[in-house]
Amino acid sequence: MSLLEEGIASTAGVGISATRPDGKEKARGDFLFSNDLSAEDMLWGQTLRSPYPSAKIRKIDFSQALAIEGVHAILTADDVPGENIFGLEHPDQPVLAFDMVRYVGEPVAIVAANHPEVAKKAVDAIYVDYEQLDPLVNSQEAIEAGPIHPEGNVIRHMVINHGDPDANGNITVEGEYEVGMQDQAFLGTESGIAFPSADGGVDLHISTQWLHSDRDQVASALNLPDDLVRVTLAGVGGAFGGREDVSMHVHLCMLALYTGRPVKMVYDRNESFLGHVHRHPAKIWFRHSADESGALVKVEAKVILDGGAYASTTSAVLANACCFSVGPYRVPNAFIEGWGVRTNNPPCGAMRGFGNVQTCFAAEAQMDKLASALSMDPVELRLLNALKSGDTLITGQKITGTAPVKEVLTSLSEHPIPDGVKGDLLELPGGTGRTTDNSHVKRGIGYAASIKNLMFSEGFDDFSEARCIVVDGKVSIQSACVEVGQGFVTLVNQIVEETLGVSEAAILPVDTSIGSAGSTSASRQTWMSGGAVLKACEAVVDALVLELQKEIGVEYERVGLNLVPKDSSDSIAIAVALRGRNFDEHVTHRHLPTFPLDHNGQGNAHVSFAFAAHRAVVDVDQELGLVRVVEIATSQDVGRILNPVQARGQIEGGVTQGLGLALLEELVLTDGKIANANFTDYLLPTAMDTPPIEIAAFIEQPEPGAPFGAKGIGEPPVISSTPAIVAAIRDATGFELNRVPVKPEDIALNGL
Amino acid sequence: MGIPQESSQYELTVNDSKYVISGSWLGESLLYVLRERLGLYGSKNACEQGECGSCSVMMDDVLVCSCLVLAANAEGRTIKTIESVADGSDLSDVQEAFIDTGAIQCGFCTPGLLVTIHDFLDSNPEPEESEIKEAISGNLCRCTGYGRIVEAVQLVSIRRSNRDT
Amino acid sequence: MDFLIASSTEDLCELLAEDPTRQLLAGGTDFMVEVNFRHRDISGVIAIDRIEELKQWRHDGDSVLIGSCVTYREIERGPLSTLIPALAQSARTIGSPQIRNAGTIGGNLATASPAGDMIPVLLALGALVNVRSRSGVRQLQVGELITGVKTNSLREDEFIESVRVPVLSGPQEFLKVGPRNAMVISVTSLAMVTDIDREYIGIALGSVSASPCRSTDAEHFISENIDWNNMTVQSGAIENFERLVRESASPIDDHRSSSAYRTHTIGVLGRRALLRIFRLED
Repeated sequence: MSLLEEGIASTAGVGISATRPDGKEKARGDFLFSNDLSAEDMLWGQTLRSPYPSAKIRKIDFSQALAIEGVHAILTADDVPGENIFGLEHPDQPVLAFDMVRYVGEPVAIVAANHPEVAKKAVDAIYVDYEQLDPLVNSQEAIEAGPIHPEGNVIRHMVINHGDPDANGNITVEGEYEVGMQDQAFLGTESGIAFPSADGGVDLHISTQWLHSDRDQVASALNLPDDLVRVTLAGVGGAFGGREDVSMHVHLCMLALYTGRPVKMVYDRNESFLGHVHRHPAKIWFRHSADESGALVKVEAKVILDGGAYASTTSAVLANACCFSVGPYRVPNAFIEGWGVRTNNPPCGAMRGFGNVQTCFAAEAQMDKLASALSMDPVELRLLNALKSGDTLITGQKITGTAPVKEVLTSLSEHPIPDGVKGDLLELPGGTGRTTDNSHVKRGIGYAASIKNLMFSEGFDDFSEARCIVVDGKVSIQSACVEVGQGFVTLVNQIVEETLGVSEAAILPVDTSIGSAGSTSASRQTWMSGGAVLKACEAVVDALVLELQKEIGVEYERVGLNLVPKDSSDSIAIAVALRGRNFDEHVTHRHLPTFPLDHNGQGNAHVSFAFAAHRAVVDVDQELGLVRVVEIATSQDVGRILNPVQARGQIEGGVTQGLGLALLEELVLTDGKIANANFTDYLLPTAMDTPPIEIAAFIEQPEPGAPFGAKGIGEPPVISSTPAIVAAIRDATGFELNRVPVKPEDIALNGL
Repeated sequence: MGIPQESSQYELTVNDSKYVISGSWLGESLLYVLRERLGLYGSKNACEQGECGSCSVMMDDVLVCSCLVLAANAEGRTIKTIESVADGSDLSDVQEAFIDTGAIQCGFCTPGLLVTIHDFLDSNPEPEESEIKEAISGNLCRCTGYGRIVEAVQLVSIRRSNRDT
Repeated sequence: MDFLIASSTEDLCELLAEDPTRQLLAGGTDFMVEVNFRHRDISGVIAIDRIEELKQWRHDGDSVLIGSCVTYREIERGPLSTLIPALAQSARTIGSPQIRNAGTIGGNLATASPAGDMIPVLLALGALVNVRSRSGVRQLQVGELITGVKTNSLREDEFIESVRVPVLSGPQEFLKVGPRNAMVISVTSLAMVTDIDREYIGIALGSVSASPCRSTDAEHFISENIDWNNMTVQSGAIENFERLVRESASPIDDHRSSSAYRTHTIGVLGRRALLRIFRLED
């Protein structure tokens, strides 16, 4: 029986903290990121971007730029060989702007030169005659405003109508909430290198999250058949959703094909902020009504996501935000309306958490408001309403998998609370700024819980291919699954160890010579590509058993890492049996199908769900509005832990990003222009901002249908961490705080 | 030619080797030269502003951001990068600790952190947790949340004192 | 287009006299950011960070003479941190360990950012800046050197040679507000220094005006309410003191913060610094 169906306890590879196979290379500085690639004879590419959020392009004159010595090519929209349009979910964005620009940073022209400085000088020398227009920057107004794009301003509008609209409880709480624009801010900026090839095609080496989606969009723009566009994964310096969309891909290929030389491009940090999609800012109104015991009766919400100039994944993000808006609770009646709108703000798309983040912030604030109105403990209120297996979501889908929300909440609330002792300077708000003494500090504690849908939804045919190749007993795995740091490469080794008893697999270069593994996003790769690798290894075992039967007439059966014969002759280790033999098994793994939502937002649209809860302890200097996060504790529903250290890494990293959204991170927009597209003013948490992160519990209830019973881990940590921190600040100060990130002045000047 | 403000030749001493740089643009940072001219890609560029520490190197035994050093002004100085941290071995004890504790995810911040931590432990062999955090406060990591990195430093400190006793 | 390394202050004087358009490079922590992002066109550069005299400091009785190329790091740690604690406190908040190893006191002054962290401390202490050219040396008060946002009064052929910083006999404080605990540009900052023997209090503010400024009205007012023998301050004076500190600030709204927050917090910093140095007299 397959481990896919069974989820057996492991004896070997899976479940231990195996160290990552690329750790040594990365520690030595030898690991090649896309930024580190180079080639003989290569040119440097650079992009001219729009300085305006909305403008007509009257004319582009690059004659002066072309005359600069060292410049080899300047290309514009006219030079796009195929369709000058692309898009992750839906093509609505030009490769290079032709008649209009719709956001600050929109690519207008590309340059190739013999030195990056020459390329930059050339970009500066290109003259574009713009006719500026008034930008549309208010997401609420966008719904009714004149269209800023031929496809209109409403990228998606949806409703969820579930239950009885006239149902009402005794207690009602209402609120308006706002989430600012967060950025993925991966450290390795966008970069890649494209090589023209003799067959008229192009080889693109780039860091990305989804090779095949890139390949398809590039091929369409270059008017080339798929097999002439070969994408190879270069080392990825973090992603978090920001690499799911095409950025420089087509540009690089165009320059390479035009000049006949390899072309490298690297975005600097400022350009990186302009060059990828961001987390959707959100405006959310909620009304919760409950009966006097605290049981939720009805939830209503209106959600507006600002998608910026182009669609990207706004449609799917909106669906998530709406479907999971109420949180991990049983809600018999729910009426949610959501809009994903187009504005002249920077385009938004995937960022870890993908829509669940925004509504969770608001919904968890609502739960605390409700608890307060009922004089109930916030954890008790959540426990009372917690979903469990067999419950129905507001989309009408029944949870057939595991849903240990109660266990998650209980284990967290039982986790010891840190001491109230304030230690030295560095433990006070303000740190080395020496602003604060003990007497200025008030402590607060807050909780929040979340639900995240795993994998893709609404009927998307998601699959992952993998290949297990055995040559003389040595195992190689081929998969197009992108490693962005999460540790998939470690898991591959663990799976091979687990199924074949072979301690190290070679992982072949990740490229488009094999079929798609889908995106490294949506907390899906362990299930999908881990599942595919598992399936491929098991196919090898099956083939081995067949071969042995043919060869020696013995019928073996697989038991753990051994083949045990049906008669009582000797068993043999799989790893030993593989020696001297060759196999090549190529499989495709799919999850059970999902279905679209109907016009009432009802349908079995999702595969599986993961739950988490977070507790934050903060010390607040209310007069100055400075917050020190003392500790964040969490419990998470994981199905099964495949690698404890890597799981912890996902949680600690995700919680820190949640802390960033709570207190530090926002792209500040003024009329569509980003004021802080740099690390001086877009503030990532440093080591001095990040508290100890305690894992109260991993709740392991194996998920049916999931390889090894394991649920994806990556996104839940980012979702309820933010509202837990804000809840803690509310506890310390008594202030409402309806917006994240919370700025010091939101606290210091509150009510003044 | 064609490069604006071409600089005259200068010599750099990096990881005990001497290199002659010629035909370069004066404004090139040490980070750029290390990477694009000397092929030492270990030091990383994540901001070019001194706000992330990914480009950290040792210059005359002092920890600096190589993106903020004018390459031509590094002449006559001793430069050590991540490539020399293992000092002839496969891995230094700090590099090993990073692997052991799971302090590496995407790995982009790792070289800068390793250089920083080697320097820090040289003058602070038994640090408090708060001292470790302050020492690495100039190194941004987006993947790990720093927890395993701090643990790696503590592990090195323990292993070194066990070895010495 | 040239790159030169000055070997001594005399050498530097000559190189600048020869071509005053040459730009000076010390720690590079501001300079190189501008070069990297093409906000600074460099045609001629003189590196001054090899000049030994500029990297030294000495204690001369009641003051310290600090070479302009002394780094933040040296000021943060070691003997200077005991002699001028507030300057060391401000140094500790600048940038990161990497930045502090390279950045210099001369650079902090010459860049003249409204948020330059050392500047309020030097102002409050009444530091004097020695500025030199081939024609000679002149001495400027910090407020004379820094004339506006990122504007200094150095002549083309001049450089900052050293800073003479009084060593005071009394507690001193530097407080800085920022939204993050490391690598943060100050949103507001305040330096308060005292000399018990001279019954002197100096208060200077950062990030709340075009250039850091002294809060002279607040200084005068509170001086009248301080008992230097007991190091106490009248509790009834605190509110007015805080108001005077606020009124000496003229902050702006920008993408980092608002003028309202800056105004509010500068008063709070003033009060807190005061109450660290002085006890309340009932």
